Amino acid sequence: MRRHGFVAGFLLLPVLLYVVFVISPYVQAFQIALTDWRGVSAGLDFVGLDNFRRMFGNETFWQAIRNHLVLLVAMPLATVSLALLFAYLLNVAGGSRGGTMTGVKGSGFYRVVFFLPQVLAVAVVGVLFKAVYRPDSSGVINGVLVKLGMEPVGWLTDQRLALWSIIAVMVWQAVGFYVVLFSAGMAAIPKDVFEAASLDGAGRTRMFFSITLPLLWDTVQVGWIYLGIAAFDGFALVNVLSMEQGGPDGATTVLATEIYKNAFSYSRFGYASALGVALFFLTLTFAALTMRVTRRERIVY
Amino acid sequence: MPPTRRDVLRGLGLAALATPLAACATAARDAAPGPTASAAATSANNPLGVDAARRLEVVIFSGGNGDKYAVDLHEAAYRRTYPQAEIKHVATQKVGTQLRPRFIAGDVPDVVNNSGPEALDLQSLVQEGHLADLTPLFEAPSLAFPGKKVKDTLVGGAYENSLIDGVPRVLQYTVAHRALWYNAKLFEAKGWSVPRTWAEFNALGEEAKKAGIALFAYPGQVGPFYQLWNLIYSAAKIGGNKVIIDIDNLADGAWTAEPVRQAVAAWAQIQKDYGDKAYFGLDHTQTQVKHLQDKVLFYPCGSWLENEMAKDKPDTFEYAIAPVPSITSADALPYEAIMIGVSEAFFVAAKGKNPQGGLEYLRMMLSREGARGYTEMTKNLTIVNGLVDGLQLTSAVNSAAKAQEAAGKNTITDARFETWYKELFDYGQTQTNSVMAGRITPDQFCANMQKKADELKADSSIAKQTRSV
Repeated sequence: MRRHGFVAGFLLLPVLLYVVFVISPYVQAFQIALTDWRGVSAGLDFVGLDNFRRMFGNETFWQAIRNHLVLLVAMPLATVSLALLFAYLLNVAGGSRGGTMTGVKGSGFYRVVFFLPQVLAVAVVGVLFKAVYRPDSSGVINGVLVKLGMEPVGWLTDQRLALWSIIAVMVWQAVGFYVVLFSAGMAAIPKDVFEAASLDGAGRTRMFFSITLPLLWDTVQVGWIYLGIAAFDGFALVNVLSMEQGGPDGATTVLATEIYKNAFSYSRFGYASALGVALFFLTLTFAALTMRVTRRERIVY
Repeated sequence: MPPTRRDVLRGLGLAALATPLAACATAARDAAPGPTASAAATSANNPLGVDAARRLEVVIFSGGNGDKYAVDLHEAAYRRTYPQAEIKHVATQKVGTQLRPRFIAGDVPDVVNNSGPEALDLQSLVQEGHLADLTPLFEAPSLAFPGKKVKDTLVGGAYENSLIDGVPRVLQYTVAHRALWYNAKLFEAKGWSVPRTWAEFNALGEEAKKAGIALFAYPGQVGPFYQLWNLIYSAAKIGGNKVIIDIDNLADGAWTAEPVRQAVAAWAQIQKDYGDKAYFGLDHTQTQVKHLQDKVLFYPCGSWLENEMAKDKPDTFEYAIAPVPSITSADALPYEAIMIGVSEAFFVAAKGKNPQGGLEYLRMMLSREGARGYTEMTKNLTIVNGLVDGLQLTSAVNSAAKAQEAAGKNTITDARFETWYKELFDYGQTQTNSVMAGRITPDQFCANMQKKADELKADSSIAKQTRSV
């Protein structure tokens, strides 16, 4: 009993804060989703499931869902692959030296370079890439293209490219963190395993797929969930980078931008809360599914 | 047995259900009406019944015009008349974010300059009874012209624009002229004249192309509404102001009307033949800088443009306004017609502690010192007529004043669906980008806009507005 009191004492404050600032707004969002609240009064009327009916009949909502699905597949896949590759190069690919596995030459420098985007605020990244993607010859990429005699590309104004341009920025920003995460995971793998494989004649590629990846699986799984949840966000980048905050023609819109527009531009707080509820269930479903699907026997070493 | 994750989740679910919903910050809509502050006795000097000692809180949007004008001119005037009253000045760039919780809590400021990207939605404020009736202000004697009512000292359209559901509730303080802007010095140097017809406009486009200049550009990334305005005003030129009034009234077939289709088709053709698709991805500042560099000949905007770009403007550039060239030979409005509109919304909170003081504050804004001082400080014309003689104005404002004279009675009205139905306006911006980039045809533009307008019309949760002029 005393032990319980001890634990409860520590938990009380964080749980209280969590309930007040996370759980109760969530509960309230569920409640507001059933009303016609306009955001400037204390009074509201219950309208049942009207907001949800409107949501499911709305083309923009489905467009946002489609964009989330693209994000959900492409963003974690690209980020995790790149991060694994870089982490492997930085930690293991240099071979064994003095009893430890080392990275390729200059890996200390690359580590810093990869991590740099992570410390930039998203808004800064947005403004930065606005200059990179600028659609005339003053843009960083288009400046080069124009010099090479090519037509400038509308990275963010062409509806076929816009979402991919934004995904590229997300990947660029996220990779550094996962390089560090996977590096830590790789450092924990005993070097004997690598040495044994090396003696048996395994090349770098074989070692990666047969040893590094399986032993790193737990970390990759965690990374995948984080990135999946990030794929349900995307608000800041879309808002700063895309035209019409989610355009052209809704090609880059995400649920969060729709929530923002409906709540703060159109004062449809009820409808915006309904979108929020949808987002809540999407994220929850994704996390549960990922845990289920990627569950494997833990390898003990 | 330690609780499993499942148990915790189940527990949370029960807790959520058990939370008494009524205890949350939101209650059912039978909330008691807010306090209505009682007025003091009225007199000739105090027609609005201001309580001389009561505190006044003023919230100013501190954007392009800053908030210095409010402190130095209007609040100073109030303090001179009512020295006992404490004045609380709040400057913000996020009007909505800052004030929304205060409106919910019932602790509202008295005067609000509802401008900027986060302005509050007036429609929902009216629905909740938050906006004071400005009739006493408009009927009160003017401080600028003795013997006249405030209402009679304002430019045409100022009073009509204050109406929401037929009651004056919002004062639009400044006047702006909207049409196409060009560099008068460049035209002089090249020996070009301002085109009056669509054929002349195209011919000039060819000339400009040879000189490496885009005939026309608008910012697609931030500010496609400049082009949406332009399309609507062009349509009004073809079909008369009725085109805009129908659009505002959500009339059946307002968007599919022939003048709208003609205007959109004409501008889409100009973009296709003489535009540059790079501008779809630029924001307004980037586009305006390119305009200053003579990379763009005509730019659709309002007379605040020179103020906004003053820091970047080279000496080789002189802002001048040009009406949109006549699109057909049978346009309802003559070539000279331009749009003259009002902006910078101010309202008085009905449930504040000092609504009478708020009205009086607005009356002081419309006084001779208040309005003339404002123009001097911010280079914006106010809605008070005849106060700017002898003032140093920008060439843009001077050019606009001349264009206003030339237009005479032929002014294009403002489109009010921009504030009435912001959803329709935002949708219009995306459709404008679509049609100008050639992703949809002008016919599809009209059909899509009509569909959205019809949806809003059928949506009972949105209060409808109407106008007759």
